[in-house]
Amino acid sequence: MSDSATLEQPPQDIEERQPVTKKEIASNHPTWCRGCGDFSVLSIYYKLIQKRNIHHEKVATVTGIGCSSRLPYFVQAHGVHYIHGRALSFASGLSISRPDLHVFIFGGDGDAFSIGGNHFIHTARKNIKMTYVVMDNFVYGLTKKQTSPTSPLGFRSKTDNWGALDRPINPMKLAISAGATFVARTLHTHPKHLLEMMDAAMDHDGFSFIECLSECTEFFKGAFDASNPRKGGEFNLVPEDHDPTDEAAAYALAGEDFPGRFGIFYRVQRPTKNALEAGVIEAAQGKFEGEQAPDILQATFNKMK
Amino acid sequence: MVDLFDTNSNSRVTEVTIRLAGNSQDGIQSIGGFLARLAGRSEREVMTMMTIPATISGGASIFQVRLGSGEVLSPGDKADVLFAFYQHSYDGHIENLRRGGILVYDSDHVEPNEERLTDYRHIGIPISSLTVEAIGGTGRDKGKNIFALGLIAGMFSLDATKLERLINERFGAKGESVVQTALDAFQAGYRHQSDGITNLFRLARGGAERSNQVVMSGNEAIGYGLIAAGVRFGAGYPITPWSDIMELLRRELPKYGGSFIQCEDEIASVSMAIGASYGGRVAVTGSSGPGISLKAEAIGWAVMAEMPLVVIDVQRGGPSTGLPTDVEQSDLNIACYGGHGDSPRVVLAASDVEDCFYTAMEAVRIARKYSVPVILLTDQAIATRIEAFSEPDLKKICQELELDLTPVPTHKPYDLSSGDGLSQHRPPGTRIEDGLYPVITGLEHDETGHVSADAVNHIEMTKKRRNKLKTLADELPAPELHGPDSGDVLLVGWGSTKGPLLEAVEEFSNNGNVLSTLHIKHINPLPNGLEAIFSQFKSVYVVEMNDGGVYGYGQLAGVLRARFADARIKGINKTAARRWKVSEIIERVDARQGELKATA
Repeated sequence: MSDSATLEQPPQDIEERQPVTKKEIASNHPTWCRGCGDFSVLSIYYKLIQKRNIHHEKVATVTGIGCSSRLPYFVQAHGVHYIHGRALSFASGLSISRPDLHVFIFGGDGDAFSIGGNHFIHTARKNIKMTYVVMDNFVYGLTKKQTSPTSPLGFRSKTDNWGALDRPINPMKLAISAGATFVARTLHTHPKHLLEMMDAAMDHDGFSFIECLSECTEFFKGAFDASNPRKGGEFNLVPEDHDPTDEAAAYALAGEDFPGRFGIFYRVQRPTKNALEAGVIEAAQGKFEGEQAPDILQATFNKMK
Repeated sequence: MVDLFDTNSNSRVTEVTIRLAGNSQDGIQSIGGFLARLAGRSEREVMTMMTIPATISGGASIFQVRLGSGEVLSPGDKADVLFAFYQHSYDGHIENLRRGGILVYDSDHVEPNEERLTDYRHIGIPISSLTVEAIGGTGRDKGKNIFALGLIAGMFSLDATKLERLINERFGAKGESVVQTALDAFQAGYRHQSDGITNLFRLARGGAERSNQVVMSGNEAIGYGLIAAGVRFGAGYPITPWSDIMELLRRELPKYGGSFIQCEDEIASVSMAIGASYGGRVAVTGSSGPGISLKAEAIGWAVMAEMPLVVIDVQRGGPSTGLPTDVEQSDLNIACYGGHGDSPRVVLAASDVEDCFYTAMEAVRIARKYSVPVILLTDQAIATRIEAFSEPDLKKICQELELDLTPVPTHKPYDLSSGDGLSQHRPPGTRIEDGLYPVITGLEHDETGHVSADAVNHIEMTKKRRNKLKTLADELPAPELHGPDSGDVLLVGWGSTKGPLLEAVEEFSNNGNVLSTLHIKHINPLPNGLEAIFSQFKSVYVVEMNDGGVYGYGQLAGVLRARFADARIKGINKTAARRWKVSEIIERVDARQGELKATA
């Protein structure tokens, strides 16, 4: 085996690399249905990568299970298609152990708020540095129209023929109360706004969460029609005077009736888990300056004699 | 066995088994710790057995330590000396003392049973009041353990100076007055003269000069083995008896530039560890019983996606919440088969504390080379007992798992070309010059990681994942046979049954019977060559701490029968949630052989 794997620094861009092109980033043609909102998120992800000129190896794209979670196959970069609901946990291990990467996670409402609900809460609370985009379509699409945790009351699905009975989760309220440090809401029909949100999320040092309303034209057509302005109208954005560091104000915004607001609801700086763990390491290593692992372990064993 | 009780004063014995019985808050375990460390610094082998109570505090607690001059293979069946701190300790453990053994009891709390006075040599000592007299009464009976340690040191002529040094080291951080109190308690016990029990026995010196010894528990050995192997990331969720390992790694890994993350649940733990492995360096998660069930789906993903991962399973009594603080070897099946679909993974089992250290290192090596999850089975008995073993040459064996991000011209994460099933993981951050980047996935995939439901592809990929285990089997050493290589009976064991089986074979041979024993460390895949060994014996009994099941054989026996279609493979099983005693193995084998003769 290659026990002697050599230490290689991440490659330096010594030679001049051409800017990333869309052709280089695009991979397999998406398998989504015609008109699916997820196309919009994918194309904005390409745009973001181009705009920020992120070379393939600098980014990792992690997803769980669901229609939206097919996304890594469509992006020409290191990608992971993990199990249902646990993409955030996988991505957390990657983020903490590989600070040189920017980790993006994409998923749907079932992945994020139902099977993965616990991980959503704890990733937000731990403030692990990465960007999570939830393409919320208010329905289970991959499995063909069952009630999702964000389906509105009364939504007729194959598991609620008479209309959904369970109160839907409010992703914005959940994220704010769980301790997320960047909480934004956008929609697939406003690509410029989507890019703006993803750009801001990437700049955020911490766990950045974006809920993107993304219509399922197959199983919940017209779900978000009310959020699109009529001709000549405007998208219902977060008021300009909103203070995103004001938790109570953010929570109040999150409580507005559907279609609600779009923009950055909440944004504060709090130490990331990554930084806190790095601090623990620094403090621990301070006592062993210049010592190699065998010396450190030997010192421990000497106390066990 | 040594007869302690015909001996004259100051006679030498080669080994002694001492059991201490009290309550969990009495610090009984720490007496064991001191004796183990003392033995580690002397020319004595030591192996200890410890059970922890199911209640958090206030429950019964025992510690059994067997000190020997030669190699000690098991914690001993019956005790030679019993320390009973309370009436319930006296009543509950007197049967574990061998007839004629010494029963030291706290006469402040224990009323001896008149009828048993002739069976055991009773020595009553007012341990509680003497301790209060020595260190002042706190009213909470603290210090009795150190007083008892002093008594033991006196009885067995142990090196009091070394013990005092150990007390200094142990309590030094708590301040001078704590150290002084402990030393006072120790001295009071050591100098105690009642009944002339001092210097009753002296342990004979060991044979050959031994190399340096380190003393630790099995859980500690797992933790330090992982560190020596270069593991720098782990994630876990607390569960008994695995928690010690996560606590150790949480505390120790930062010294080495690593992290251990406490997660919200078992699934997050295994997922974080796999995420870190994907990042380029093998990571670890672990648990016990119920937690392993929860991790099953993610372990299956690691099989499918071919990610390296080490999973520690400290087995306890099951199923469900089962017997959280007792021992059983009943997770072998979930370790081998605990996943949907065909999901071949590697399963190893450690046999004693020293073996925990080296098997943890081996698990990391295999996970990395074969890009596969490796489940390492230990059990509650190994996890919590303390042993001394030869200090590893750390400079020689420690390794770093360096992050290799060397750019490559092209990369197929699931390359089929080698035929041996092996392919290499290129972590994110690696520049792939042809611009075709891998997707690592749990969907069936082609060589590049892109989705494929093609029938031929699924056949080839299934074969790939299976073939790497065959390749691994080819490199495994043949298991070691103890005893003659042919005969009537072969006893097969795995995990912590190794010591008792070796002793049983020894005892049989002392009585003129010939038996052999084979220890299997690599459970999945099995090493090559077992068939040839089995064919040389008339009966093959697999001795396990699990249920014989509906058809009369346990979990390893089931694996072996499926593999070799050999009906001579039978089970000798035990579900008492206690380790095997040597005498039990002997009785059960004798009974089996008797049945065979009767039906012959």
